[in-house]
Amino acid sequence: MSRRRVVVTGLGATTPLGGDVPSTWEALLAGKSGVRSLTEEWASEMSVTFAARVAVEPSEVMERVEMRRLDRSEQFAMIASREAWKDAGSPDIDKTRLGVVVASGIGGVITLLDQYDVLKTKGARSVSPHTVPMLMPNGPAANVGLELQAKAGVHTPVSACASGAEAVGYALEMIRNNRAEIIVAGGVEAAIHELPMAGFASMRALSTRNDAPEKASRPYDKDRDGFVLGEGGGILVLEELEHAKARGAKIYAEVVGQGLTSDGYHIAAPDPDGAGVTRAVQFALDDSGVKLSEVVHLNAHATSTPAGDVAEANALAAALGADISHVAVSATKSMTGHLLGGAGAIESIFCVLALHHRMAPPTINIENLDEAVKVDVVRDVPRKLPNGPIAALNDSFGFGGHNVVLVFRSYEA
Amino acid sequence: MALTQDAVLAGIKEIVVEVAGIDAGIIAMDKKFTDDLDVDSLSMVEVVVAAEEKFGVKIPDEEVTKMATIGDAVNFIVNNS
Repeated sequence: MSRRRVVVTGLGATTPLGGDVPSTWEALLAGKSGVRSLTEEWASEMSVTFAARVAVEPSEVMERVEMRRLDRSEQFAMIASREAWKDAGSPDIDKTRLGVVVASGIGGVITLLDQYDVLKTKGARSVSPHTVPMLMPNGPAANVGLELQAKAGVHTPVSACASGAEAVGYALEMIRNNRAEIIVAGGVEAAIHELPMAGFASMRALSTRNDAPEKASRPYDKDRDGFVLGEGGGILVLEELEHAKARGAKIYAEVVGQGLTSDGYHIAAPDPDGAGVTRAVQFALDDSGVKLSEVVHLNAHATSTPAGDVAEANALAAALGADISHVAVSATKSMTGHLLGGAGAIESIFCVLALHHRMAPPTINIENLDEAVKVDVVRDVPRKLPNGPIAALNDSFGFGGHNVVLVFRSYEA
Repeated sequence: MALTQDAVLAGIKEIVVEVAGIDAGIIAMDKKFTDDLDVDSLSMVEVVVAAEEKFGVKIPDEEVTKMATIGDAVNFIVNNS
């Protein structure tokens, strides 16, 4: 029996560039930055005073009563999944064949910290009864699953900044393994709060370019000095190909492979050899069956840290060999900031749209390209991708040494 | 000084509107929290804690389980304030 094929039939997002997919994609192609100075009082006390907040606050699109029962990460999941489900045509499906895989890197950390404040100032009896459902990392997936009444399984892979990509890969396997016909998959994060920011800053992981926030996220630039914390999320509707065709669904692209490895090297630093990344790319390509000559685009993890960007670029070059020369590499975190557990999901959406529109988004803020970067970076303006069958990769890595590579292919009926 | 039934009902209405987001106009003494007003067990805890704060009364958990309607809650608060 031939393997069940999986396509993308719906997209949804809320990001620092826009409150939905069309506005995010438009701003991405225009090379806009979603990074801003923070206006909260606590921010002035921090060593880093900026971040990439969502462009549209949940309160603009969500009822107050629903909001107060959902952590901010769960709000993002609901907003993005509603858009994706609608975009997929709100399919009529046997709920036992519908699943959800939505990741988060950190979970409901804002709820946890806010309720701790309530506990300390007003006492235990005042702690919200919604605290646990709001702070649990599977909360975003669970709430999406409840709304859609998904009964094939609701899951939450957690692998720090690789979580969103791992969710898409998990969904791919669920459909391939005949556990479901449709999976609503993606990742979210809402961690712009003084404690996580202080923690990342203490690791020296964040850019401290406080005088020019929009220029702070600058993957591959010589003067990059760390990542910019972002928030938001992305959701994709993955569907078995024949199921999608039978209901006449719009098909954006095909999800054809994933590769997963771990470094076994360090809790936070990337393995300078990048061997784990190289192996993940090879596994993903083998799993996908695409020809190397078809790979024309890659959405890089490239967070704008001094060590990470070069290690990744070297690993990609090692994995793709001479074929790296026809791969247009985009580092979209230069515009969105780093959404942690949401990153792999929104970047999967960007890959899917790049194939669908045959347009690779740009990388902004490269004033002086680091000479150690030997890949072909799409700079400043989008680049047209070729006609015919083409494929794109999305790689994501997480603290802990998690490496996830996804492969997407253009779909032609 | 004991609270009047009208004052407590008005206060409970405010709380339920805040917690459940429903129209104040449909909240009345005979309405059931769960079946009529969509207040689930978690939200009921919120209502109780807010009511304790607002009216300065203690509502034990065993009493909460007996409060099926708005009227049950209002009468308990009036009788124990």
